Amino acid sequence: MSTFMPGRKQVEGSHAVAEAIALSRPQVISCYPITPQTHIVEGLSAMVKSGALSPCEFMNVESEFAALSALIGASAAGARTYTATSSQGLLFMAEAVYNASGLGLPIVMTIGNRAIGAPINIWNDHSDSMALRDSGWIQLHAESNQEALDLHIQAFKLAEQLSCPVMVCMDGFILTHAYEEVDMPSQEQVDAFLPPFVPQQVLDPSDPITIGAMVGPDAYMEVRYLLHHKHLQAVEVIENLRKEFKRHFGRDSGGLVSSYRADDAETLVLAMGSINGTIREAVDEMRDEGHRIGSVKLCSYRPFPLEALREALKGAKRVIILEKNLATGLGGILASNTRMALRGLNTPVNTIIAGLGGRPIPKKSVVRAFRQIETGEVEEPHFLDMNWPAIHEAINNRGLVKRRESEAQRVLRSVSGVEVAKPVR
Amino acid sequence: MVQVRIHGRGGQGVVTAAELLSVAAFLEGRAAQAFPSFGSERMGAPVVAFCRMDDRPIRLREPITEPDALVIQDPTLLSDPRLCAGLHPKGFVVINASAPIELSRLGPVVEHLPKGHVRFVPATAIARQYIGRPLPNAAMLGALLAATGYLKLDSLLQAISEKFSAAIAEKNHAAARASYEAAQAGNGVTSAVLEVAR
Amino acid sequence: MKSQRLKFYQTGTFTVGNRLLSDEMRSVQATVDRNNSLNSGHRACQGCGEALGARYAVDAVMRATNGQAIAVNATGCLEVFSTPFPESSWRLAWLHSLFGNAPAVAAGVSAAMRVRGKKVTVIGQGGDGGTVDIGFGCLSGMFERNDDVLYICYDNEAYMNTGVQRSGSTPPTAITATTQGVGEHPGQEFGGGKNAPRIAMAHGIPYVATASVADLRDLEEKVTTAVGIRGARYIHIHVPCPLGWGSDPALTIQIARAAVQSGLFPLYEARHGRLVKATKIRRKVPVTDYLQPQKRFAHLFGKTPNVAAIDRIQAIADANIEDYGLLDSHEDPPISLQI
Repeated sequence: MSTFMPGRKQVEGSHAVAEAIALSRPQVISCYPITPQTHIVEGLSAMVKSGALSPCEFMNVESEFAALSALIGASAAGARTYTATSSQGLLFMAEAVYNASGLGLPIVMTIGNRAIGAPINIWNDHSDSMALRDSGWIQLHAESNQEALDLHIQAFKLAEQLSCPVMVCMDGFILTHAYEEVDMPSQEQVDAFLPPFVPQQVLDPSDPITIGAMVGPDAYMEVRYLLHHKHLQAVEVIENLRKEFKRHFGRDSGGLVSSYRADDAETLVLAMGSINGTIREAVDEMRDEGHRIGSVKLCSYRPFPLEALREALKGAKRVIILEKNLATGLGGILASNTRMALRGLNTPVNTIIAGLGGRPIPKKSVVRAFRQIETGEVEEPHFLDMNWPAIHEAINNRGLVKRRESEAQRVLRSVSGVEVAKPVR
Repeated sequence: MVQVRIHGRGGQGVVTAAELLSVAAFLEGRAAQAFPSFGSERMGAPVVAFCRMDDRPIRLREPITEPDALVIQDPTLLSDPRLCAGLHPKGFVVINASAPIELSRLGPVVEHLPKGHVRFVPATAIARQYIGRPLPNAAMLGALLAATGYLKLDSLLQAISEKFSAAIAEKNHAAARASYEAAQAGNGVTSAVLEVAR
Repeated sequence: MKSQRLKFYQTGTFTVGNRLLSDEMRSVQATVDRNNSLNSGHRACQGCGEALGARYAVDAVMRATNGQAIAVNATGCLEVFSTPFPESSWRLAWLHSLFGNAPAVAAGVSAAMRVRGKKVTVIGQGGDGGTVDIGFGCLSGMFERNDDVLYICYDNEAYMNTGVQRSGSTPPTAITATTQGVGEHPGQEFGGGKNAPRIAMAHGIPYVATASVADLRDLEEKVTTAVGIRGARYIHIHVPCPLGWGSDPALTIQIARAAVQSGLFPLYEARHGRLVKATKIRRKVPVTDYLQPQKRFAHLFGKTPNVAAIDRIQAIADANIEDYGLLDSHEDPPISLQI
């Protein structure tokens, strides 16, 4: 890979992000492998080993829990820190995720978004970062590899301004493994935008402080409120950084929300991450047919920009949320949050649950679902391209079939029509 | 927009082929996107990779189900009836084969493709000759470009240079060029390439 | 001239009499120069072995590093009793993150110090639960990478902070809240538990030592030695817990000493995985000297003493004495000095 080559180039998303991280001059990077984020830390490993990224300590640790724990120590000791994870890895480090935000440590972490097992599944959806949505971390979602690259540079500045950790979420495989064109900034550009890390609190033998003391009922609520307050502040800081980033780098990246052909739209589609490209293609196709439809991309999921989102959606007669997660027994998590942004407006909100476990989200299916929603023909929430016969069969067979195979195996058999491995008796 | 789907087996450089194609397109100033069929495949397992090329930014990210061209790096995959599914009626198929294969075996779409749109390339043999290893991807891409004219051979050679060290790039250049030139000489559903390689 | 080695015992305690030593060898309980890293006013129980061990260990670190040290603490008694917000007993830079990650956090602090060009000694510390159980993965990783961290385990042989539950360090027959004194085999089963210092040695790290609050000079010396070495270092300190062990707070040192002198808790040092020194037992005592003052073992000494169990514990002690060579083959007769 070409390291530290500014300008336009065609590279894998993970390598673009690795280079953007390196340009941000992290001082301690920890790494534990999990697909699909691995190429990022592999790239950084090479840069540290070769001396291209220096001074920097690269720690190969024994688990994701240790990966974030090591960064908690390093960040508290005044270093700019970075790691990346996905899926099970994020859940394995969950305790440390809350700890890092509670301690106010400005760690930046990439999430290569991926489903969570069981059943084990390595493909993309948003279940992992959604599971940690209220951990106190800021969560930004990238639409493209260019935006992923840009968001990481912004993330360090955002994290350090607020003393609050930031996850940059990019769709696993769809972005991490995609080769596409990016415009890589120069070291000078990044240095001008991102000043060296000045910690708000630091472990220093010459000025010893206690970090991480026990806080009882008399003050815990206040401490939590202060974290809440950081997120309220972040709403402003994120928009300011978007403007500042544009001044430095000449392109629009990040921010809270971005609208597409939304001005006169009766139907607005809201989504996060890489699916926004497909949605814009669908919007263009339907506009050509005379539908008044537009879309809104949500970049900042945490903090959740209630006001900005309300502003972006309030003109619509109908809002469709397309999301890659499922709150079991409830529906869409993003849809629930969006209803809060729209409270009092009586705007109908439809949810499309799509792409779970890496199920492709074809434009054809998306357009079909949008049309059905416009004519009021769909259930709420709508599960895109769901194989209902397989589900009905599984439900009907519940309790009837002897426990010789799991429900997941039965569904797989019924979907594929192929006999799957049976347990050996 | 042009959409290419590449089939092969783990270890045959299928993903790399898609990436090289995208870099070559980028070098010609076009927007391009390459990505693998995401999976936990191991050596030998069937692998699919995709490449889109366009004159405007590419926003679609779904797997390619209606390709304009198919590159089949391993003829043992031809037994899968879904292999050529969705191919455009005027699309192209480039197959790694040491001898021509009966087109009816490849399904009605392939059977009715225009003349010259199906190419058999002994890419493994070419790779053994020029690279010293059975890595057919550079040879397959050379033949694809010759058959379709999507991109210039020079762009592919430059992409190879960017991806590999000089020594390895040189060998792959030779394989790509040999295959490209042979395929250009070929005409229609032909075994010309085969003859050249022999 | 014929000479005879003399052993100096203070009556009752067996500690070396300060007054018999030269000035530079005398220990000092408190001076204005002492760092008092774990300052008075904390909320440890009376007779807490962990508080004593930590106070001596961390002060030794501060002395040896001229104050250039940072401590990372696992969740546990030591963390809870020392830092009830907004108070802190720690007079050094101190960080608490979680129960099971102190070795990894310490490794991260160490990496940050290195990259920032600061020469600072980083210590990690935790109880037996945080070290040999929930933190063991992180500990092993830190050892394996040979991170520049001195990790100290204060072993009081159960989860005391949560109310005395069994840990991977709880000895056989000990009664805890989760190994109750009921049934056919009351207390912890035989055959459980793990030998953390030996596992540390198996990583081949530069330095491993065991220490006891019964011998604070030895403890200080081992800490000082460890500070002088780079890479992963491990010191495992045996610290009685009057609350969890059901012992008289006044007997903390005496019980700790009985563990050492019976052979149940051998004191040794190892470098790069090889044993280099084991401290000889000065006057061997039976394991009952250790067991009997503790309520957690009281069931062994009921109306019908559980001789079989006591014998098995004695066998463990004897095996240690054999394995580590804890007894002089030519034992000199001890001479008590009344001063």
